[in-house]
Amino acid sequence: MAFQFLGVGWLSWITFLPIIGMIIVLILPKNARNAIKWTAVGATFLQVVLAMLIYANFNYNLGGINSQEGMQFVEKFKWIDIKGLSWVGRLQVEYFLGVDGVSVPMVILTALISFIAVFASWNIDKALKGYMAMLLLLDTGMMGVFVALDFFLFYVFWEVMLLPMYFLIGIWGGPRREYAAIKFFLYTLAGSVLMLLAMLALYFSVTVVDPATGEKLHTFNMLAMMNPENFEPGSLLAGTGTYMRILAYLALFIGFAIKVPIFPFHTWLPDAHVEAPTAISVILAGVLLKMGTYGLIRISYPMFPELAEKYALPLAILALINIVYGALCAMAQKDFKKLIAYSSVSHMGIVLLGMAALNTQGMIGAVFQMFNHGTITAMLFLIVGVLYDRAHTRDLDEFGGLALTMPKYTGIMTIAFFAALGLPGLSGFVSEAFSFLGAFKVEKLRVITIASTLGIVLTAAYMLWTLQRVFLGKVNERWASLPDVNGREMFTLVPLAIIILVLGIYPSYMLDIMTSSINNLAGIIAKGSSLISVIP
Amino acid sequence: MTQETLLNIALITWLAPLASFAIIIFFHKKIPRAGDWLGTSILFGALIASIVILFEKLNYYHDQTLQSVFTWVDFGIVPGIGAMQIQLGFMIDNVAAIMLVVVCIVSSLVHLFSIGYMHGDIRYGRYFAYLGLFTFSMFGIVLANNFFVMYVSWELVGLSSYLLIGHWFEKKSASDASKKAFIVNRIGDVGMFIGILILFAAFHTFSFDTIFGAMKSGQIPFGSEAWLTAAGILIFCGAIGKSAQFPLHVWLPDAMEGPTPVSALIHAATMVAAGVYLVTRTFAMMTADALMVIAYIGAFTAFISATIALAQNDIKKVLAYSTVSQLGYMVMGLGVGAYTAGFFHLTTHAMFKAGLFLGAGSVIYMMHHALHQANDHHTDAQDIRNMGGLKAKMPITFWTFLIYTLAISGIPLTSGFLSKDEILAGTLAFGTLNGGWHWIIPTIGFFVAGLTAFYMFRLVILTFFGEHKDHNRIEAIHESPRVMTIPLIIFAILSFFIFYSINPIQASSGWFYNAVVTPESVVPSAVAPANSVIFNEALHNMHGLAMLLSLTVAGIGILIAFATYYWKRINADSVANAPVLKWLYKFFLNKWYFDEFYQATFVKGTDAIASAYRWFDNNIIDGIVNGTAKWTIGITHGVKETWEEGKIGSIFYIIVFSLFSLFIGWQVAIGILPEAASIGTKIECGLIGLISAALSFFLFYVGVGGFDNKIIDGLVNLIAYLGGFFGLITRKLQTGRVQTYLAFVLFGILVFFMWFR
Repeated sequence: MAFQFLGVGWLSWITFLPIIGMIIVLILPKNARNAIKWTAVGATFLQVVLAMLIYANFNYNLGGINSQEGMQFVEKFKWIDIKGLSWVGRLQVEYFLGVDGVSVPMVILTALISFIAVFASWNIDKALKGYMAMLLLLDTGMMGVFVALDFFLFYVFWEVMLLPMYFLIGIWGGPRREYAAIKFFLYTLAGSVLMLLAMLALYFSVTVVDPATGEKLHTFNMLAMMNPENFEPGSLLAGTGTYMRILAYLALFIGFAIKVPIFPFHTWLPDAHVEAPTAISVILAGVLLKMGTYGLIRISYPMFPELAEKYALPLAILALINIVYGALCAMAQKDFKKLIAYSSVSHMGIVLLGMAALNTQGMIGAVFQMFNHGTITAMLFLIVGVLYDRAHTRDLDEFGGLALTMPKYTGIMTIAFFAALGLPGLSGFVSEAFSFLGAFKVEKLRVITIASTLGIVLTAAYMLWTLQRVFLGKVNERWASLPDVNGREMFTLVPLAIIILVLGIYPSYMLDIMTSSINNLAGIIAKGSSLISVIP
Repeated sequence: MTQETLLNIALITWLAPLASFAIIIFFHKKIPRAGDWLGTSILFGALIASIVILFEKLNYYHDQTLQSVFTWVDFGIVPGIGAMQIQLGFMIDNVAAIMLVVVCIVSSLVHLFSIGYMHGDIRYGRYFAYLGLFTFSMFGIVLANNFFVMYVSWELVGLSSYLLIGHWFEKKSASDASKKAFIVNRIGDVGMFIGILILFAAFHTFSFDTIFGAMKSGQIPFGSEAWLTAAGILIFCGAIGKSAQFPLHVWLPDAMEGPTPVSALIHAATMVAAGVYLVTRTFAMMTADALMVIAYIGAFTAFISATIALAQNDIKKVLAYSTVSQLGYMVMGLGVGAYTAGFFHLTTHAMFKAGLFLGAGSVIYMMHHALHQANDHHTDAQDIRNMGGLKAKMPITFWTFLIYTLAISGIPLTSGFLSKDEILAGTLAFGTLNGGWHWIIPTIGFFVAGLTAFYMFRLVILTFFGEHKDHNRIEAIHESPRVMTIPLIIFAILSFFIFYSINPIQASSGWFYNAVVTPESVVPSAVAPANSVIFNEALHNMHGLAMLLSLTVAGIGILIAFATYYWKRINADSVANAPVLKWLYKFFLNKWYFDEFYQATFVKGTDAIASAYRWFDNNIIDGIVNGTAKWTIGITHGVKETWEEGKIGSIFYIIVFSLFSLFIGWQVAIGILPEAASIGTKIECGLIGLISAALSFFLFYVGVGGFDNKIIDGLVNLIAYLGGFFGLITRKLQTGRVQTYLAFVLFGILVFFMWFR
């Protein structure tokens, strides 16, 4: 098999490198602070290198999504194989990794954001060793979710992510950290339980023939679950558009919706963000939110194409609520970090709108927006972190005139703010525009798309208002001596700014990866929804 | 020169100011003079290039459109559509070539002027960087051959405008104005964006050519003429924002907070004219209805702002409203169908209005200088009531200013006379063709022409004639430095007719009219505007009348201005205080109360909704979320222990479980009710049901946990012990610890396995 290193596939390396890092961190003595940090840097840096290698070796023409041939860098082994289990019969779980055009952007994003998050954690004082170990474990969980193609494996990674996040917020967070952590945990757990339910329902409905023995086996293989022919006739989820399928779809949807988060499941987000340390906010907004929408695209859409079509309108309505409600809530915030948190709600709404379109333009816009929101919001949270580190307050009304005392900081922040408000020439605009283009194409979503454009104005309003309150005006004597951004902070911000700029001018660097897969997905949905119209 | 060479020159011209921006913004502290020489020389280079392009274009490719495209995004083979790509590029047609020269002239001279005007400014380097960014973006609008590049550049000029208006951001008024400009423009842009969405959804391309070609072959968006009209009006919304048309005109006067050369470049000559340019670009796809809307918006804008300009005392505010008014004129001209006249007025106006602003800048610069010397920090340097008598002290500024004023008033031999006349003739033609109520448009046109002449001469007289208000101050005033006066002189020269047409009273035979020809309408004939041949015929017939009328009203306007402010035959104060006029004066002085109205409705409204949503999020949604936690505890511990007075969660809990208890009681009663029961049995069943309901409510009240704490716990402990689940579940079920929840999940997995098997 190609793409291996020491006999182990690239995807395994990129997923488990942080675990290796974590083990080293755990072995290191507690006060070897530098060694701990540089171990984390090393592990995440190698991840970035691997992500770049994957990007460079990616074949643009393969469609991915529902065929193993279309997947790249595939690794597939039997993982768990228990025969004669009571109730279940033979239980088989595969270690099945692979990437396509939907997951590669997320893999790159995860590697990048984790790397930056390590640098953003440079000044953690409290129990650094435990912190870095948790951070690296979290990294593995995130990466695993994006490369797993076996539902069981996917679920394992999904849950692996949960615990470190809980502790990272609960131990290293702000004053209300325990409330925020438990809220995050319970919300997500509720989602996972629903996902589990749907996963098991799918497992028991789908069978494939084991090539070795010729016996029919249930499987967790996601690609098998996408093929309608694999559904056992008469099983729970057989057929199209049945009641049970709707239930399973909704269970999956709520599970993912909590992660996105979609209104009204969003209130864990502002609390978690406000309490979490900077690096964790960066990861939370940069990567974790994408798992919800990624799950919808990777799992819900191809497995339930007819329902994706059927529930496109409700999804678009939720998208509209996210966009407008999120923006208005952001406008009313006085806490800088909370404002950015709500802006995430609003921006993820655009992802949902693009997804609801179910056509190529819309879904490319959605996946691209996932990536762009990851980079832009990461920048925004880093920026808030820089300010909070110095001023120890995030109250917007207390600032003013920072442009005069911190010019570099203001410059970099201006890029991030304008990227967030969708200025052309920066990446956020392209993905927003494509999402809107896609959604507008669909007749039943047209009115909602038009209403959603209200978000464009509102975002400009609250972003510029924030900019004015913090940076413009006369110098506030209280903050006159704040130092400008230092080298380390610049090192976390500048790469993101460059990516935002480059992708804003020539998005094809990222879009070319996606097109084949998204076109394939759009085809699957179109085919699936045409089936439902045949059935009365 | 070959087409490729011309296109390459245009491309380099386009990108050079961007390079200047990038170099100056990063290195302005390191390069000498903060890079002003770099930005300025690049712009003069661009000016030469643009003149070459125009010359070559008109002489060798007169009726051709030169284009260059590349594939920006390739969507591959899209299901249901087939191959789909987004092609972007740029083009040079006559309109673009002329506009390019206009932008280059104004931008290069403003660069030059700024070297003097901005001398010693704290952000001198950044100022020149932003000028470069602006010029680059403006070139994008001019050269775009598709809606996408147009929109991108459109927003980027908005950005540069934002940055330059807020150049002195220490002032609250400046940062407010820049924010207002961006947001108000965004509102218009969203309209334009939706218009572009319509076109892309229908034609899968952004290219002007392809879209117009498809329309010409009979394809229209979603097969409906209403959508076509809507697309036209929505795209025009972009122009409403950028060209400060009613009802989005409110940002432009505030934008005068920026440095005066910026006002000349961006907020008078080029960027605000981009809206007009957009309409010329999309003129072919406008239906008759869309053009009617455009005409009325333009006329109304011209009227409103001219009345406001009458009452303003800030020299820049007067000019700002006059700009809005003139932009309204151009839009009106395009709307009535006088395509060439509208664009012609854009060109001539760019020259004399840029000159007016630079002239005002020269005056303000000297006023500042004099006030600074007198150590006077209270007197407003921009208030014309503090000026007067500057004629002798600043002769170049005065004479050039006078030439611009004659041009904007439409006095013969000036360029403004030619273009204004054509627009007015166009409105008359429109009146004759449409008749009835539509005569209101030419009426407004001529009335506004009179107002313009009046308020412009009021400005000139109060600023330059008479006695200066303070004798000490006038001593300190002298002519501005040469870098500032040279641009003034050049603009003054360019305000004469000779550059646009050999014939001083008739432009239609000049090169400009030959080069800029009304494009053929591509919309279905049922909704198409009047045929351009018929229209131009009518326009031609009206020409003499228009000239006569416009000269008359301009003469009247000038006469009244002199009578009032120079000869003092009319007392302005007593007119303003006359019974009815007093109210009208206040109305105009306060700009028709637009700002107050918007503040009270949209701004306050949005704020209120935002606060309401925040409350909703924190109290209702989170109330329910925290409430569910309470229920979970409540189920185990009972209401008794978890009740909190007045908490929404608690109340919600009680309501839900009361209903649930009643439901259980109902179910029990129904369940045991035999068919065809007697009254007595029914009552019995009812009672049993009630008792069940009461029992279940009691259960909730004291808590399920309180009831069978021991049993469930014991059971779970047993399972945990048997299964050896990490020892987590051995803890108490109700501890609220994470482990407990995990145990629940594991337990859940088992249950699900059993269920689905």
